[in-house]
Formats: sequence, C-alpha cells, structure tokens
Amino acid sequence: MAFQYSNDLGESDEFVRHKPYTSARNSTGLNFVYLLLGTLFGFIFVKAEIVSWFRIQEMFRFDSFHMYGVIGSAVVVGALSVQIIKRLKLKAFNGETISIAPKTFNKGQIYGSLLFGIGWAITGACPGPLFAQIGAGYLAVTVTLLSALLGTWVYGYVRHRLPH
Amino acid sequence: MDIFKIPWPWYIAGPLIGLTVPALLLLGNKPFGISSSLRHICAACFPANLPFFSYNWRDEIWNLLFVLGILIGGYIGGVLLENPDDIVIASHTREVLSGLKINDFSGLLPLDLFSTENILSAKGLVFLVAGGFLVGFGTRYAGGCTSGHAIMGLSNLQWPSLVATICFMASGILTTFYIIPVLLKFLL
Repeated sequence: MAFQYSNDLGESDEFVRHKPYTSARNSTGLNFVYLLLGTLFGFIFVKAEIVSWFRIQEMFRFDSFHMYGVIGSAVVVGALSVQIIKRLKLKAFNGETISIAPKTFNKGQIYGSLLFGIGWAITGACPGPLFAQIGAGYLAVTVTLLSALLGTWVYGYVRHRLPH
Repeated sequence: MDIFKIPWPWYIAGPLIGLTVPALLLLGNKPFGISSSLRHICAACFPANLPFFSYNWRDEIWNLLFVLGILIGGYIGGVLLENPDDIVIASHTREVLSGLKINDFSGLLPLDLFSTENILSAKGLVFLVAGGFLVGFGTRYAGGCTSGHAIMGLSNLQWPSLVATICFMASGILTTFYIIPVLLKFLL
C-alpha cells in the first residue's frame, strides 16, 4: 500500500526498499549495537552542548563558531567516509552491499525546512537533541517530543493535499 | 573523569558525530537520520490506516533503539556526568538574552522557558507545543532534519539536502532575530 502511494506522488519512499530486507529476528545482537551507538551519540550531543538552546541561539546569531565547527567537521568526516566506502565497495557487517538512496528533490524540502527552522530556533532542538534533552533531565521537553510526534502524524494525514 | 564532565570542543565532537555515518552504513547499511524515528513511532502506535504510516516499522526498529540510546546517553552526559559549571556561551548572545529577560544560564536550556511548571502556561504552549509541532511537521515535510539532510545528505553530496539545509538555517536565523525577541517580550 505504501508502495503504491509513493508512486502516486512520483517519488520513492525511503522505507519501501527494493531489496530483501534484513528482519529484526536475525539481528538481535546488532540491534543492541544500535542502542550502544545511540548512547554514545547522545553522550557526545550533550558534551558538545549541541542540544543546548543557548548554543542554537549563539549559532543563529553568528556569535560563535562552535556549532558551525561541529556540523562542518561532521560533514567533512562523513563525506570522506562515504567516499572511502564507495571507492572500496565495502559491504556491511550483515552482508548487504552498502547503497545510499539518493535524495530526490521536491518542494517539500523547501517548505518543510522553512517550518522546521522556526521550530529549531524556538525549541533549540532538532529531533535527535529532543531525546537527549529529555535524558539530560529536562522533562518538560517530553511535551515537545509528543507535539513533534503529533506534527509528524498530521503531516502524514494532510500529505496528499500539500504541495510537493 | 573531568574530561567526561566538561564541555567538548567542536573539533572533537564534530568528527565523532561524523563517524556515525560510516558506523551505521558499515553495521547494517543504514542511513543516518533521526527524524524518521518520529515517523516510525507514529507507524507503530497510531497508523490510523494512513498510507504514510502503512509500512513494516519493525524493519526500522534499529532506528528506535538508536534514539532510545540517545536518551540514555543524554542521561549519562547530562545527569550522571553533568557539567558542574554554568554554560559558557558567547558574551554577546548572553547579553542579548539577558536583555530579553532570560535569567537562568545554569544548564543547557533556560528554565525560564523549559521548566515543567511552564508546561501549562503560554510559554509552554509556544516553546514546547508549537515549537515541537513545527519540528515534527517540518522535518517530515522536508524528508529529513539536521542529521538526515545536513550531515548524511551533504556527506553523500546530495543537492536537495543542500537546499533543505540552506532553508532551515535561513529560517532559523530569521526566527532568532525577528520572532524570538517578540515572543520573549510577551512571555517573560
């Protein structure tokens, strides 16, 4: 059903994969690694203070290089890694050939990003940091997360009426 | 242990965050992207027969475990190994925010806005509810957030991700300069 729908919109759906999927049943150990990786990641998020509302304000006000340094160096390391993986045609540990689905352009990337930018500046959090802020003890952010879930759901509900 | 309590500089944290991209690819051919987790939670809990949420979310359970990990990591870094000092931000930002009546600079977020007492107030309605809604709706409409577009998309040299990144940065800058001061003036 999701497949037909994505074709209706003339775009590929990132969760409809044209490859045999690896189901959760044969990768319980691997799932634990994702949990660990997430934990490490959340820890770095907090230590780099990129989950801080203050740091986001500082970034958008161009008062500090910190956030630009974090995102910029992450992109450089990410891009080099992707190049190496592609050049060496590396396989994933689960045996899959590594393939990254290209992002196809649609106007949602403009409209959606403009809306997201407002939310990012107001909450001081993109989706990842929301989880880290709650973990760091800011329990009020649970409301932000629930509201973000509602926003996601409403998007799914009105999607076919929105310009893409 | 001090090194695990004090804030880390960008040149340590940034490359480590960048390494998440190859780590996820090499582990199980997974693209780095966090906002998708919100979609999977919707698909798992209240799909409501909507086509957008009709897929096998169990195949994406790794993503949910990843964000659960982020929450745990946030607890370790923000509570167990909490930075004992006030947050250090650029003096200009601090001056501007003080001028807008933000008083609490002790932690990662100002409790003037993000305390649990504010949940049922106008502050909560704007900074938690409305802000959160825009994050959820906007990232899904855009097909990604800072991780999926700015880091993963740009790492893979995808121009639509560059468009998205420019749009949410521009919008965040305009919101910070023209909307947030007005909101704070009315709410604080």
